[in-house]
This record gives sequence, structure tokens and C-alpha cells, in this order.
Amino acid sequence: MKAKSRKKFKLDFWTSISILSFLVFVVFLIYPMFSLFIQSFKDVNSGKFTLDNFAMFFSKKYYYETLKNSFVVTILVTILAIVIGAPLAYIMTTTKIRFKSLIEVLIILSVLSPPFIGAYSWILLLGRNGVVTKFLTNTLGIKVPSIYGFTGILLVFTLKLFPYIYMYVSGALKKMDASLGEAAESLGCSGIRKVATIILPLIRPTILAGSLLVFMNCLADFGTPMLIGEGYRTMPVLIYSEFISEVGGQANFAAALSVLMILITSVIFIGQKYLVNKKSYVMSSLRPMEAKKIKGYKNVLAHLYVYIVVGLAIIPQATVIYTSFLKTRGSMFVKGFSLNSYKTVLNKLGSSIANTYTYGIIAILIIVLLGMFISYVSVRKKNTFTSLLDTITMFPYIIPGSVLGITLLLAFNKKPLVLGGTFIIIVVVYVIRRLPYTIRSSAAILYQLSPSVEEASISLGYSPMKTFFKVTAVMMLPGVLSGAILSWITVINELSASVILYTGKTRTMSVAIYTEVIRASYGTAAALSTILTVTTIISLLIFFKLSGKKEISL
Amino acid sequence: MSTTIKFKNIVKKYDDNVVIPKLSLEIDKGEFFTLLGPSGCGKTTLLRMVAGFNSIEDGEISFNDTVINDIPAHKRNIGMVFQNYAIFPHMTVYQNVEYGLKLRKLGKEEMKKRLDDILKVVKIDTYKDRLPDKLSGGQQQRVALARAIVIHPTVLLMDEPLSNLDAKLRVEMRTAIRDIQKKVGITTIYVTHDQEEALAVSDRIAIMNQGVIQQIGTPKEIYTRPVNTFVATFIGHSNLFEGKISVDKDGTSVVFPGGYKVPMTNLSKKVKDKENVVISVRPEEFSISRSGKGIKGTIHFSTFLGRYVNYEVKLENGQVIEVSQDCSNHDDIYNTGDSILLEVDSNRINVFNELGVESLIDGVNKYES
Repeated sequence: MKAKSRKKFKLDFWTSISILSFLVFVVFLIYPMFSLFIQSFKDVNSGKFTLDNFAMFFSKKYYYETLKNSFVVTILVTILAIVIGAPLAYIMTTTKIRFKSLIEVLIILSVLSPPFIGAYSWILLLGRNGVVTKFLTNTLGIKVPSIYGFTGILLVFTLKLFPYIYMYVSGALKKMDASLGEAAESLGCSGIRKVATIILPLIRPTILAGSLLVFMNCLADFGTPMLIGEGYRTMPVLIYSEFISEVGGQANFAAALSVLMILITSVIFIGQKYLVNKKSYVMSSLRPMEAKKIKGYKNVLAHLYVYIVVGLAIIPQATVIYTSFLKTRGSMFVKGFSLNSYKTVLNKLGSSIANTYTYGIIAILIIVLLGMFISYVSVRKKNTFTSLLDTITMFPYIIPGSVLGITLLLAFNKKPLVLGGTFIIIVVVYVIRRLPYTIRSSAAILYQLSPSVEEASISLGYSPMKTFFKVTAVMMLPGVLSGAILSWITVINELSASVILYTGKTRTMSVAIYTEVIRASYGTAAALSTILTVTTIISLLIFFKLSGKKEISL
Repeated sequence: MSTTIKFKNIVKKYDDNVVIPKLSLEIDKGEFFTLLGPSGCGKTTLLRMVAGFNSIEDGEISFNDTVINDIPAHKRNIGMVFQNYAIFPHMTVYQNVEYGLKLRKLGKEEMKKRLDDILKVVKIDTYKDRLPDKLSGGQQQRVALARAIVIHPTVLLMDEPLSNLDAKLRVEMRTAIRDIQKKVGITTIYVTHDQEEALAVSDRIAIMNQGVIQQIGTPKEIYTRPVNTFVATFIGHSNLFEGKISVDKDGTSVVFPGGYKVPMTNLSKKVKDKENVVISVRPEEFSISRSGKGIKGTIHFSTFLGRYVNYEVKLENGQVIEVSQDCSNHDDIYNTGDSILLEVDSNRINVFNELGVESLIDGVNKYES
């Protein structure tokens, strides 16, 4: 008897979903990346293949200096963030600090605001016409060093990014069992020695992971060095200005720079993965470390440290909110408070608010659906194809926003698919960039759900598709939503890609804030930022409510 | 209307790794059939092939002569009970049980009647509006059972349904499952690694090892006449001895190490004089001899368990065996260090060939699939 071949290819629901999701990424990520790559090797005028674009970058100091600048800033910021963030996490976990929960929320808030708002409010405070600068110079006669350039970038980035380290490290410390520290103490090892020999080695992988996040964010950010850097130019600024420059014809050069950036971030990402995978510890805490009350000067120092650091981190937000209520005439501030700025915003820039919400909501809907589908196939239908899909969807994680913006614009400014200038391209960039958050949180919850629940539904007669919507999706929802809210918060604060993709009609809030700041129209920028911050806070509260947690992981 | 299930030359492979090589099996109408074996023997794999969650690489599975290989899982009309119950956490007890019925086009009244009936049968009608997280393990198990049966499935599949319950509840639930199965009269395949459970609930049991069925039979057949040493030691405890056949004027006997000779009347015709064999004796098949004949040993350890006493007996060759004695006569309890002679019940002991893969008892044949 001949056995029938049963290996015929059947296009079931999940295979179709995998292929469809894959196609989305082929069209909106792989094809654009590929054409970016091709462009970077093309001569501006003749269209012939050449290495000139890369040669040009490395031959002129004006260009290659930006790479050096980027690295100097990024490395220093990463070190500073660790030096500030890790002790903060340790103090907050091990000692009782007054108003602890408020401080935790403030830290999260400072993370979630766009970094360029930090730059801009430090300009408001310490810039040439800054409040503090004026006060110090006019009243006290002290000459304040310039905030612009290297110092400013360093200050803004450090204050903006140390919370990542804080969040990662305190997450790891919470997973560490108190008995580890106690064991060390019972063996006669305490204080700094205990921290150095037990705690630091155990959280080193976490610090490394957190540093990567700081490093990537710092390397990729375009808004901060653009606003406060002045002469001190970094790679993203160069890419942006080469691409936008009205001289024209520089697209190929910008493409080459983008390829370089992607190359650098990939190497760093892979290197970090290798390091973390080699050394990570499985810890389960039955009894987490407890915050203890300490006495005397140590207590004062601990409080001082926490309050000063967090205070500095939240100053930008506070300044912005305060500024938004100042009375303005034109773009100048005058004495007294008013809602002028908000009125102007609603009259002139109301569309940007509407745009942010519309694009954001559309993007989130797509993100939720795609995120659930992709996480499902990559967890439950594991095969070579779905693993590939999973890897591809994570790729945008390491592509700087401005580079992704340029990539998409280069690909979709010409036939067959002209999307440049439409709102679609902004939604696409939102989806591609922020999908990983939702995929990861959905996958995490899927791993906790037993597949037999789905099998029970199937054996009762529900098709795999019906089972997904009636059972799996319902059970996944809490995890998916908390991921989606993080995606949402980062979507509405997105600047570096949208600033390249926007047109007058598709301007979003963050872009509007940026352009208002560039125009020195600080009042309206502050009002817009406040609206953005309030939206973020509300979203965050919903997130806490949904996830039942008081922390987030990025 | 009950169903027969036929497996014909079933093959399961994971990549190139053959998990089940050519397995054939027939399960009768309304039968409570158990697949029993150590973990990794392929029993759950086989069950999931029936359910449609595992692919069938070769061969055929049929229900009442209808081949089901190409029918997708959700169209097989199967009731399945999972090891972890797989209760839908977001639905109440009632909604869980109702879930499968909703797809079957039933009248409102018929549906309500079926639901009420089944909730009563499995005794969960008082918790029907509760959410699963408010139920105990045993209650969740009942919900899972009700949910599987209420759709009137063609066959009922149970994958280690009791392994997450505590010992007392396990005994209670296995009686309940047995009762309900007989009441509903549905053909059932039950997977377990717990031999006591298998003996207690099954009409017939298939003992599996490494993807191959070793023996199929009623609980009694399997316990009393195992086909090889694997089954003899897997089901219950058996002491194995390396012995010899002796054929002389007195007839055919088996000889234990140390020379104790037991005449046998039920050995197959093919045994030869001086052939090496494995003799398998269960602890309760020994008796302590007063006649001066038997296997010599000293009591190594004794455990008094009320109705019977368990002895660990050390033989002259150093082997330690297990012996179990009824306590009806409380005077005859031995202490550590006592020397004894052990006799065996020749009607009950089993004899295997030297490799232990074939029974030499007349009429006990290997399972040929």
C-alpha cells in the first residue's frame, strides 16, 4: 500500500497572517532599506555605482568630526548616566525615602517626555536670555559658562537618560533576594565591600542592557544637539541637515551617512547581546530587599542625593508647564500669567494636536493587531519563517528615527508607491518604530498562557481563527494593552522621524513644538508641550491601572 | 451511538526522529481504554494525534471506519480533558460548559436541558456562576469534564487529567470519571503514567514503551500475566531472579539461584533443559516456608503496615528482594537478622526467556501490531 503524501501545502489562517505581516515588513522596511543601501553607493549626478559618498565623509574633517563628536558625547553620557542612575536605584531600594512614590512617578515622567523639550527648557533657564543666567549676571554679577555646545548636550542627555539606568537597575534589585546581601553580611562583608563584591556583579548584565538603551537613544537623538549644540554637530544633525539642505542633490550622501549609522548601531547591538547572553544570572526573589530607615548624616545625604537628582531631571517639565501660563506679547514674555499661549496654539496649531491624536490612534490600532498576530505566530507557530519575521520586526529598534525617516522618504517619494507628504507615511513610521514594544509585551503574556486552553477551544469545534479571537485574544488583552500604551506614549512624543516626513498639513504636536522652538516662539511651544505632557501622564495612569504595576520597562 | 477507534500502522516523527514506529490498535465501542507508560513513551503524542493537534506522518486513524487523518482538529467532534484543565479563565463555569454547545445548532430548550443535566452529573451545578479562579482543583477538573462531554463528542480523550490533584482527590475523581464515562457510554482514551490509576479505571490497558505497545489487556491480565520483564516491573513490583529450566523425570521445573526447584505445569512447550530464564515473583507470591525447602535469606529490614508486613530480604548471593506477607497471623512477624526460607506459588509466578522480552508461560503472547 502506498502512503499518500500528506505534506501538501495548506494556506490556513495563521500561514496567511504570517505571510501578510511579512509582506508589510517587506514593503515598508526591507524594500526601503534596500533602496537606501543602493542609493548610498550611487553617484549624485551620473547615477553610477561608486564609493565616493563614503569617501567624502571620511575625507573631510567637517564631516567625520561629527562621528567623533557623537561617540564622545554618547560614551560620556552613558558613563554619567550609570554613575548617577545606579546609586539612585540602590538608595531608593534599600533606604526609606520620603515621598518615594511621587519620586518614582516623576522619574518615569522625565523619561517619557521628548528629549528636545529638555534642551529647550534648559535654554529657557540657562541660555543667553535664560532666567537663571539673567539673574546671576545682572543681580550677582557672576558670569555663567555657556550652555550651548558640548556642555549643554551632555547636561541635557545625562539628565534625560539616567532614569533608564535607574529603571533597569531597580528592576534587577527588586528581583534580588534579600538573603544574598544578608549572607554576605553574615560572612563579615558589609557596606561598600558588599555592594562591590555581591550586588554590582549581579546587576552588571542589567546595567549593560540599560547602558545600551542609553547609548542608542543618545546616539540617535537629533532634537537635542540640533537645539542646544550650535557649532557642536553630531551624526544625526549632519544627516538631517545634509538631507534637508536646500542645496539639493545630497540625498545620496545622506543615504551613505544613514547606512553608516545603521552599521554602527548594529555592531553595538550585536556586541551587547553577545556580552549579556554570556553573563546573565537567573534570580528569583522570595523575599525582596526591604527599604530600611537609616539615621543621621547618612539619611540626610541619601535624601539630598535623591531630591537633587530627581529635581534636576524634572526641571525641564516644570519649566515648560510654568512657561506655558506666562503672559506673552508676540513671542515675548511679559509680566503676569495668562492663557494666551494656549489660545494661540488652538488657533494656529490646533491641527497639529488633532493630527497627533488621529495618527497616533490609527497607528496604535494597527500596532495592536499586528503585535498580537506577530507575537502569536512567533511564539505558538515557531518555525524558521516566523522566527525571521520576529527578528525583522525587532530591527527598527536599532535604527535611529531620523535614519528611518530618510529611508522611507527615499523609497516612497517615487513610483510605484508615492506616499511622501501623506499622513500614511507618518503612520507607517510610527507603526514600524513602535511595534516592538507591543510585540514584546504580547509575547511575554503568551508564554504564560497554556496552549492547551486554545486546544480545548479547537477540540470543542472552534476554528483556529475563531479560537484566537474568542479565547486567546481576550486572555492576551491586558498584556497587549499595556504594551500598546507604551507604544502610544512613544508615538505621540516621536520627533526624529516625523520631523523629516511632515508637511504643513501633516504636522504633529512634537514637530510643532520643535518648529516653534526654532522660531523662538517659546510660549506656544510650552503650551503644546504641556498638552503633550498631560496626555502622557493620563496615558501613564491608565497603564498603571491596567497593568496593576507602578513601574514600566522599556 | 458509540464509536470504534482504529489505528493502522501509525507513524509519528519529529524531524527525522521516529517517536512512534508503526503502531496498530483497535478500541471497542464504549470502551475505557488507557495508554499507560513511563514519561516520554509516546502515549500523549498518540492521544494528540487522535485529537488532531499532532500531525500523522504515516498510517491511518479512523472512527467507525471513517479515516480522520485529514479532518482538522476543530471538525473532529472530540471531547478533550487536559492535564492542566485548560478552563477558559475569563468565563464562568456555565459559560465554559456552554462554549462548545453554542456552535452546535441546538434549540434553546435542548441546550438548557443538556447544560443542566451535565452540571448535575458532574456535580458542579451549585458553582455555575463562579469564575474559574474561585474553584478548587477538583472542581476545575469537573468543569473540564463537563465541557468535554456536553457536546456529545465522538470520542473522549483524557490526558493525565488527575496528575495535578492531591492523592485523596485523585482517588475520588477517578471513581467519578469512571462512573460518568459508563453513564454516558462514550469511547474513551485515557493517558496516564500512574499504574494504580490505570488499573482502577480501565476496561483495557495498553502498556507503551518507546513508542511501542508492549501489551494490551484487562488490568487483571496485565498484572498477573505480564508479557515481558518491562511490563512485570512497570506494573506493580516484581522481583527478578536469574534461573534455569530443568527437565527430568519429575517433569519441567524452574530452578532459582541457590538450587531451590519449583515444578511448573503451565510453561510453554518450547522450553529446553538447562535454558537460562528470568523468573519474576511479586512480593505477595512468596510464602515463608516451614518445610525446609526454599530460597535462603535473612531479613534485612521490615516495615509493619497494618494489614501486611513488607520485608526486605537479603539472599545468599547478595540480592535484596521484596516480600510481602499478610498479617492475619500476628505471631509470625520476623525481625531484622532472622534467617528464613522463601517458597513461591508456582501458579502465580512468571517465567521469561533469558533476555526478559518473551514470556515462557503457555498462552501469554507478545502483542503483535
